[in-house]
Amino acid sequence: MQKSLHLDPNKCTGCLQCEMACAWEKYETFTIAKSRIKVFTFHHEGRFVPYTCTQCDEAWCLIACPVDAIKLDPVTGAKIVLEPTCVGCKVCTIACPFGTINYVAQTGKVQKCDLCDGDPACAKACPTGAITYVDADWTGLGKMRAWAGKTDTTAATA
Amino acid sequence: MAWTRNVLRVNLSAGTCTPEPLNMTWAQDYLGQRGLATKYFVSEVDPKVDPFAPENELIFVTGPLTGTMASTGGRYSVVTKGPLTGAIACSNSGGYFGAELKFAGWDMLIFEGASPKPVYLLLIDGKAELVDAGSLWGKTVWETEEEIKKVHQDPQIRVAAIGRAGEIGVLYAGIVNDLHRAAGRSGVGAVMGSKNLKAVAVRGTRTDSYPLANPKAFLAATEAAKKVLAANGVTGQGLPTYGTQVLMNVINELGALPTRNHRDIQFEGAGDISGEAMHRKRPTDGKANLVTNGACFGCTIACGRISRMDPGHFTVKDKPQYQGASGGVEYEAAWALGAANGVNDLEALTYANFLCNEHGFDPISFGATVGAAMELYDLGILTKDEVGFELPFGSTEAMVKLAELTARGEGFGKEIGMGSRRLCAKYGRPDLSMTVKGQEFPAYDGRGLQGMGLAYATSNRGACHLRGYMVSPEVLGIPVKMDPQATEGKAAMLKAFQDLTAVVDSAGICLFTTFAWGLADIQPQIQAACEGDWSPERLLLVGERIWNMEREFNLAAGLTKKDDCLPPRLMKEEAKTGPQKGAVSKLDVMLPEYYEVRGWTAEGVPTAGTRARLGV
Amino acid sequence: MRHVIIGSGPAGVIAAETLRKADPAAEITVLCGEGEPPYARMAIPYLLKGDIDEAGTFIRKDQDHYGRMRIGLVEGRALAVDTAARVVDLGDGPGLPWDRLLVATGSRPSREKIPGIDLPGVRTCWTLEDARALLAGIRPGTRVVQMGAGFVGCIIMEGLLARGADLTILVRSGYMVRRMMNPTASGLIRRWCESKGVKILTRTQPLALSANGGALKVDLGEGRSLDADLYLSVVGVDPNLEFLAGSGVEIGQGVVVDANLQSSVPGVYAAGDVAESPDVVTGKRQLNAIQPNAAEQGRTAALNMAGHPTRFKGSFVFNVLTTLGLAASSFGEWQGVPGGESTEVLDESRFRYLNLQFDGDRLVGANCVGFGDHVGAFRGLIEGRRRLGAWKRRLMDDPARVMQAYVETAVPACGAG
Ligand SMILES: Cc1cc2nc3c(=O)[nH]c(=O)nc-3n(C[C@H](O)[C@H](O)[C@H](O)COP(=O)(O)OP(=O)(O)OC[C@H]3O[C@@H](n4cnc5c(N)ncnc54)[C@H](O)[C@@H]3O)c2cc1C
Ligand code: SF4
Ligand code: SF4
Ligand code: SF4
Repeated sequence: MQKSLHLDPNKCTGCLQCEMACAWEKYETFTIAKSRIKVFTFHHEGRFVPYTCTQCDEAWCLIACPVDAIKLDPVTGAKIVLEPTCVGCKVCTIACPFGTINYVAQTGKVQKCDLCDGDPACAKACPTGAITYVDADWTGLGKMRAWAGKTDTTAATA
Repeated sequence: MAWTRNVLRVNLSAGTCTPEPLNMTWAQDYLGQRGLATKYFVSEVDPKVDPFAPENELIFVTGPLTGTMASTGGRYSVVTKGPLTGAIACSNSGGYFGAELKFAGWDMLIFEGASPKPVYLLLIDGKAELVDAGSLWGKTVWETEEEIKKVHQDPQIRVAAIGRAGEIGVLYAGIVNDLHRAAGRSGVGAVMGSKNLKAVAVRGTRTDSYPLANPKAFLAATEAAKKVLAANGVTGQGLPTYGTQVLMNVINELGALPTRNHRDIQFEGAGDISGEAMHRKRPTDGKANLVTNGACFGCTIACGRISRMDPGHFTVKDKPQYQGASGGVEYEAAWALGAANGVNDLEALTYANFLCNEHGFDPISFGATVGAAMELYDLGILTKDEVGFELPFGSTEAMVKLAELTARGEGFGKEIGMGSRRLCAKYGRPDLSMTVKGQEFPAYDGRGLQGMGLAYATSNRGACHLRGYMVSPEVLGIPVKMDPQATEGKAAMLKAFQDLTAVVDSAGICLFTTFAWGLADIQPQIQAACEGDWSPERLLLVGERIWNMEREFNLAAGLTKKDDCLPPRLMKEEAKTGPQKGAVSKLDVMLPEYYEVRGWTAEGVPTAGTRARLGV
Repeated sequence: MRHVIIGSGPAGVIAAETLRKADPAAEITVLCGEGEPPYARMAIPYLLKGDIDEAGTFIRKDQDHYGRMRIGLVEGRALAVDTAARVVDLGDGPGLPWDRLLVATGSRPSREKIPGIDLPGVRTCWTLEDARALLAGIRPGTRVVQMGAGFVGCIIMEGLLARGADLTILVRSGYMVRRMMNPTASGLIRRWCESKGVKILTRTQPLALSANGGALKVDLGEGRSLDADLYLSVVGVDPNLEFLAGSGVEIGQGVVVDANLQSSVPGVYAAGDVAESPDVVTGKRQLNAIQPNAAEQGRTAALNMAGHPTRFKGSFVFNVLTTLGLAASSFGEWQGVPGGESTEVLDESRFRYLNLQFDGDRLVGANCVGFGDHVGAFRGLIEGRRRLGAWKRRLMDDPARVMQAYVETAVPACGAG
């Protein structure tokens, strides 16, 4: 059974330990600008929403890459950026409709969540259980992906 | 390392931003944040300086653990000479701003001079520029943060700003970052305003700026220490659930909750404004005041209160800007806005607290000053004509009205903005000012908790609970239980607390960790982060050195033994009710002992031997 | 089933791979028209910069890949297509028979119609062959006059400067990248380029080119002229369609396709730069000559060819370009729609700009300069036709909060209750 990250805004306190853990895992820095998971603060609602790539089935980024710099990890299902191959053209960053693949100026490459080879640093660092790595079926992630990929036509524009 | 080794010197008069290397010898002697910035400050500023003169400096500073995975590693401090006290001022804040300063590559920002026109400092990594703030002047903290993020099109920019209160020189104006976290005390925001500096905005994306001495050991040490926090009743459960407000009922029952300008020592309305009350569903709209708890950067405790007011409450009925969630009352604020003036309306306290955040002033000093004004009114010294409205103890309307007026510097709010010492002196009753060195007491009565009384009297920045938190031993039994009324051993315990606190404040972490952490938990984190020897003994020596350095500054600024005192009310008027009934402060007994354990003369001056031992 | 794909760009390659997965037994042939391994034009700017070598432009790095996937690569150019006999004419030889045909021939640079355009020293920048010529021809100090500042024109500048070119850009209209960016955004990009030492002449169009010793003279009219060692013509693109003349396949601006990317002739499909398909936002049929569109159409066309009816949801017009290090992107109806609303924020001295276009409470378009984080959310919001509700007003106030708007409105698990 493939696993995926389950993100629960109701538990999140906005401590950003996850962002530091991710940045540390990938760049040995605590600078959260380098994190692939982002916690969005909705101050006036009192909500903290952790958010990262859902490793969607469409793999928009992977398909869009002109030079084959994004690969599918057959074990974890993660879409992984191969840094040496990436030319930094940013096409994947606009192709991903979830906004979860980003260009990193310092490296000239893009970055996205790669599930840490199946041992997610963010989940380990989260003190509240807001991030867990669980069987994909349990996460409701499938539903979330389907929703996010769907066109919203609840009302006509005309 | 853990330091970025970069200091930015901003000369506001000349409009220049000049980077310089951090003095690493000082870093080894003073660690960082509070200690290190104070070392810079006392080396560069004349102790007699007028706090509002351009010659006064304002230093923003981080610690070596700021911006790391150490739990609570997100703190920064602001150091200056305080206008409220005329003493050294060092205000500490959480939120996300401090960590961002490190990410941008800065340990410290030193502001000198005064800008001829309003500006804000924009720091994008190594790039520093002073940007015209003409259109921001007069705006609230909240508007300022929104506007800066918008103009620079970056929601990730972190902002520390002053509001109207800082601009007009409210003597206890603070600097607010991330909308509701504040370097709140001693008037550091007023100094910022006097320099025409509206805000500091920072965004950091650098990855190379502060490598750790021993990353592996650091991660292991921080992880172990986080487990200690999680397992502890206070940091693992009490604070996340109730915040510091966990204390309201506890302190009240103990008979140490100063009430109505310290006339009383228990507040009949404490239950209405307590942490428990924040969880209770309101009859009006069926919702609780508390929405959730929130953390500062890196904090695994998450004591922060995020509250949403009852939209039907009279204070916010037609003001949608206060109907969303925002920073709710912490214990000290709830006490000052509530018990200190006899108000028990939680919604009104929340509103006043929003105003404090929005306009940038300290709820403790504000609330306590309102309490003093209410007493003057009660005694007939202040009249309705002077105030503009009735000002009896317990008046929610009056408290709220004064918060609005103080924020804008209008009407009687101008008087309240001077703080209680100046207010009471102006009306001929200096004895009614519940302050030490001009700064208002926080939420513990020095009669009920003898050690806290000593801590207030000797605090280097005026009355303050965060310089030596004797509540820990006297109430919570940390690290050992001490009888609140005993005097024995209090001086030595206080010294230990003061020195350890100086270390914690200089490391970049939050003092609240010390409910669970001892030096044995903190020391390995510092040791693994910072190069050099940071043995427990050495750390305590650093703490003591910092304390003595602050003391020397205050002495040179003109403060004396006479300023290590408590108001006559605490010395003479007996506590009226509760377990501490009949108590007065026994400061006279404890103070000489304290001087002695500090290695100071009977006049409170560090002896030559002490100076030599500490190298100050 | 015999599938023939004309063209080995991204559309063709992804179609072939998708076919293989969808139809393991099929016979798949890809016609390569340039005598190169399948490569991505998009990578050429990085080849010019020296970031990668030629292999770095290849669409698949492992050249055994095609063999392993049983995809036949055939060198040659399609000269004609016989849709009755179902054969592609390659000139000599028997031709390629097909059951399903995909036209993925992409586009080529438009040709300026001025005297001297055939002179040596005149080049364009479209193929690997062009890139080789530029790499060989440009040395430090080489005077390059580039006609055109569309998005390809902008992207290649960094490579030209990296090689030391002395660069002058001629722009016929008043604006650079005018098909993608509004005048404010375009003006920022222009000033950025000028700050990096590039000379830019707008409202300028050469009348003729002439040989001048070993160099070229670029006649700008009114007695003005420029000396150039190299004249680089990058004035837009035209789809490669000529070989379809007489095939019966309906041609508009490109190959007209339906929602399944099938042309007017059953069994003949088109994908990529060459296909004229409906726009996802406006519904209007148009060409959309960008990489992600080629990739997504290649995949969709292949699924249909393999007998899995799949609707292409419409092409989405968007693009990202980096001009001498300054990133800019545009999405959807960035020019706005009738009756719509817009908001913008400009930080001129720091080269940052954001402009959003709304139709009611939906985002329909955007222009960004210097704004890089989470830009994919623009696509998610626009293409997904997300109703923004209260976020409309918040974005009008502060457009940079677009990712927050996306997270709250598009991700149900994250939205506020
Ligand atoms: C320098 C440069 C930079 C670019 N940068 C970007 C960018 O940043 N972002 C972006 O989205 N797009 C960019 N593009 C555009 C992008 O490369 C194209 O949109 C994309 O290549 C289209 O893919 P395609 O498969 O439809 O066509 P192509 O890649 O053009 O492939 C078509 C193939 O068909 C072949 N062919 C043509 N006619 C025949 C024939 N008659 N017989 C046989 N074979 C034939 C061609 O030789 C070619 O191999 C750039 C293009 C260039 C040149
Ligand atoms: S930025 Fe890198 S990973 Fe993304 S599409 Fe371009 S080459 Fe591929
Ligand atoms: S799984 Fe790893 S890469 Fe993905 S967000 Fe978590 S820490 Fe980052
Ligand atoms: S570590 Fe957990 S609680 Fe902290 S911000 Fe991340 S998801 Fe939220």
